[in-house]
Amino acid sequence: MDTKVQNQAAIGVLWLAGLSILGLLVVFLGYILYKGLPILSLAFVLGKSSDMMAGGGVGAQWFNSFYMLAISLGISLPVALGAGIYLAEYAKETKLTKCIRLSVESLATVPSIVLGLFGMILFVHVMDLGFSIIGGALTLVLLNLPLLVRVTEEAIRTVPKSYKEASLALGATKLQTVLRVILPEALPGIITGITLTAGRALGETAILIFTAGTTVSRHMFDFDVMAGGETLAVHLWYLMSTGLVPDRELIADGIGALLILTILIGNILLMLPVKLWLKQRGR
Amino acid sequence: MKQAAAVSKVAAKEVDNGHRRRLFYDRCGRCFFIAAAALMTIVIFAIIFFVGKQGLQTFAVVSPLEFFFSGQWDPLAGKYGALFFILGSFWSTLLAILIGAPVGLMGAIFMAKVAPKGLQAVMRPAIDIYAAIPSVVYGYTGLVVLVPFLRETFGSATGFGVLAAALVLSLMVLPTIIAISMDAIQAVEPSMEEASLALGATWWQTVWHVVLPAAAPGILTAVVLAMARAIGETMAVQMLIGNTPQLITSLFTPTATLTSNIVVEMGNTPFGSVWGNALFLMAFVLLLLSLAMMLLVRRIGKRRVT
Repeated sequence: MDTKVQNQAAIGVLWLAGLSILGLLVVFLGYILYKGLPILSLAFVLGKSSDMMAGGGVGAQWFNSFYMLAISLGISLPVALGAGIYLAEYAKETKLTKCIRLSVESLATVPSIVLGLFGMILFVHVMDLGFSIIGGALTLVLLNLPLLVRVTEEAIRTVPKSYKEASLALGATKLQTVLRVILPEALPGIITGITLTAGRALGETAILIFTAGTTVSRHMFDFDVMAGGETLAVHLWYLMSTGLVPDRELIADGIGALLILTILIGNILLMLPVKLWLKQRGR
Repeated sequence: MKQAAAVSKVAAKEVDNGHRRRLFYDRCGRCFFIAAAALMTIVIFAIIFFVGKQGLQTFAVVSPLEFFFSGQWDPLAGKYGALFFILGSFWSTLLAILIGAPVGLMGAIFMAKVAPKGLQAVMRPAIDIYAAIPSVVYGYTGLVVLVPFLRETFGSATGFGVLAAALVLSLMVLPTIIAISMDAIQAVEPSMEEASLALGATWWQTVWHVVLPAAAPGILTAVVLAMARAIGETMAVQMLIGNTPQLITSLFTPTATLTSNIVVEMGNTPFGSVWGNALFLMAFVLLLLSLAMMLLVRRIGKRRVT
């Protein structure tokens, strides 16, 4: 074949591939929202779920999703920030550092079902927490940690070295430099990372089935960490695999749309201040 | 005179105290950072230890030969052959990569080299959204759209099977493949491309013979990471694969994978029973496979094209 024709054909195929990838996403999201949006009502989003009858809501599951996300981020953030700071600022290339880096990478590749089973052994059985919000949240921490450590380290590495040198030259200790100079500069990157992590944790299912369980508390908006911790995503799976309610497909459609909307809107809400802040600083 | 000296001495002492306090905090901070970092190592070893310990207890009752090479899975009759689950995981992953890798790579070349700026600005967040869609939502949509479609189009009995699972998996690995290979393609020295173009090669010849080979380690990394994601994916696969452990004879044979079987059966097994332990052993096999892939990625990453 003529090389010029070949060239044109290749470009054509690449356009086709690119546009199909984009188009497929639009169709996918459009389908989920088209099926799910009509179901989203206040009664559905805030209502109690039902085991047998049609017309149940997902209020408790929605609450659990956020509650467990908040607990898990509350635990994993300080640890991940600490580890990220260590890797970016303190670590010299020793055996220990290599070992830690390898551990973070390994942790990031562990399939979530394996993390779930580990949580089941350690938190549910050894620590005897049962299928509970706290058991699920602690296991979610394991999912969050490697992601957060990586983004923290990367964000800190983008801070110009001169900032750090200036601070140290003024007589600040290393801790002061890290907390008052480097971290604020790295904040936008870290917030982006938190958003991505939160999105993943909100949609996570395999980790939670055997740690947080598939039941919710009888009370709405129960802050008791020992209560059953079924989340939105787990509820969707539970409905489709063993659910008995006659309107399970409708509820599942609603959950799909609610999950997607929660994640997308959450992303925008968290990223907007970052974008504005960056713009204000003229970067 | 004397008074002034005394004042300055007190001041010096205060400064000294303040400094000492800050140095103390500095040491505390350092200790916390090291402890946090060391926790990562402790956690991964704890995972390997606990899951491994629970899983390997299976071998007290079941021989490794039976577990890995027998397809008879009937825990109530004491048969624990996991071969069909391993094959199910293998085939669904392979098929997902065979579909997802070429499409993803084309998408990456398109985004890195062909797409106009405006389209690039739309596609980047689009790829992030692909990654942000929860796996149950992928699974559910596959269940209500793809499975009936496959059933009607190809006249298979149920529509469940490796093909349904692999098609959805290939979508799920797209963001991994696109993001990493795009980085690799963009990292190729522009001078190499320019040299090729200056020699009279067409744009496509340049991409095919110069850019892609130079980006090959990155692309390979993307593919291996995508494989790791696909083999560990649980929810979507469980909803689409059919959950019947049997030998795969066609794309539409309902079968099961390591992950899907853990999710389906773990709820019904008492913790510590041979059945339960066999499921933990499956998880341990998955864990070792993923860790092996991660080590492979590190190997590939170290190689640099000159």
